[in-house]
Amino acid sequence: MGSDDAFAAVALPHLDAAFNLARWLTGSRADAEDVVQEAMVRALTYFPSFRGGSSRAWILQIVRNTAYKMLAARRGPRGGGQTSLEEAGGIEDIPDLADGPERALIVSDDLSRIDTLIEGLPAELRETLILRELEELSYREISQVTAVPIGTVMSRLWRARRMLAKAAGEGDKKGDQR
Amino acid sequence: MSADDCGKLLLLQAEIDGELDAAAAAALAEHRASCPVCQHNESAILAARSALQGATYHRPNSEFRRSLAGRIGADRAGASQPLPRRRASLPWRGLATFGAGAALAAAILLAVLPLGRQDTITALVDDHVRALQPGHLLDVVSTNQHTVKPWFDGKLDFAPPVKNLVAEGFPLLGGRLDYLHGRSVAVLVYSRGKHLVELFVWPVSGGIEEPASAAHSGYNVIHWTANGMSFSAVSDLDVAGLREFVREWQQAS
Repeated sequence: MGSDDAFAAVALPHLDAAFNLARWLTGSRADAEDVVQEAMVRALTYFPSFRGGSSRAWILQIVRNTAYKMLAARRGPRGGGQTSLEEAGGIEDIPDLADGPERALIVSDDLSRIDTLIEGLPAELRETLILRELEELSYREISQVTAVPIGTVMSRLWRARRMLAKAAGEGDKKGDQR
Repeated sequence: MSADDCGKLLLLQAEIDGELDAAAAAALAEHRASCPVCQHNESAILAARSALQGATYHRPNSEFRRSLAGRIGADRAGASQPLPRRRASLPWRGLATFGAGAALAAAILLAVLPLGRQDTITALVDDHVRALQPGHLLDVVSTNQHTVKPWFDGKLDFAPPVKNLVAEGFPLLGGRLDYLHGRSVAVLVYSRGKHLVELFVWPVSGGIEEPASAAHSGYNVIHWTANGMSFSAVSDLDVAGLREFVREWQQAS
């Protein structure tokens, strides 16, 4: 039990971050609970090989991988030919892994307008933005979690921000019809 | 993204995200002050950031929290409590900042706080701990006082005066919140060459105090009060340089 306690001490402080990321990636609280639960179990298994460093980035990396695995499994075999984000080349035209019909549709009224705008971002921009602005991870940690170089983190962050700033600005001009 | 990139776009963004060290930030500051593209991009980044303050931070419910804690073997009751969000540490922010922050915090407290008060000790500890965090120098990075001033809105129970002294040779780098003597204070950060000048501001009751200087551990501190605010300028500049800063600050509109 000693190592379980050690794991709990490392992992549980990041539970909120894990849940928040999982919820933003999957689009539903129920899916987020499944993802976090499975990710924590996997993390416990991998824990002996955890070499220190940012435990937060380590946990979030596992959460992210678990979330995409779940979304891909739901997509089923027909999505088997899906190219990975980076193989697809430029980041302008990559297929969006997380925005298929298997991702829960968000129609809830209690989402704020900004939440809806974030939901509308392509997955790789959304995750980068969430990790930076909501979780306040450093570029290096985001690079670890999302498995892309820091330069890619930076350009994704800029694209996400530009899209949000533009959308938020347009919404304001229309005069808030919420 | 060529139309909105002057070649420094990602550098500018990194600066706003607190990812640049002081030298790189200073190198960028000059370009940034005169580049309309940078200013446009900065406002886009800040607009996105301010919009994101309304974004939902999804937290697990307590039932899930408990069941998960049980599952992974946490037997300590407090272990599953939600933690306050922390600022991420920025590993390559530079040890210079780290050391200077701690020294500045120590200097300001020793120089201007009334001694012998019980809560001074608490304030010392609070501030010391916070200042030890790498990357703690700036929470908002902007050379524009019209960006820095509204940034403090809603984060403080007072509105600190913010002035940019770029024409006077003390360009504004940004600001941050700090915790001093049991209360939140505004800190404005200026540069002069390679030196940093930090101005701690918080409201006080009582009259006007003329600037008085003190020194501690190689740092100079000048304290004064005016318009219901307590001001403490802290820097490794020499006393004459820091006096000049204070004079310019008092005269600027």
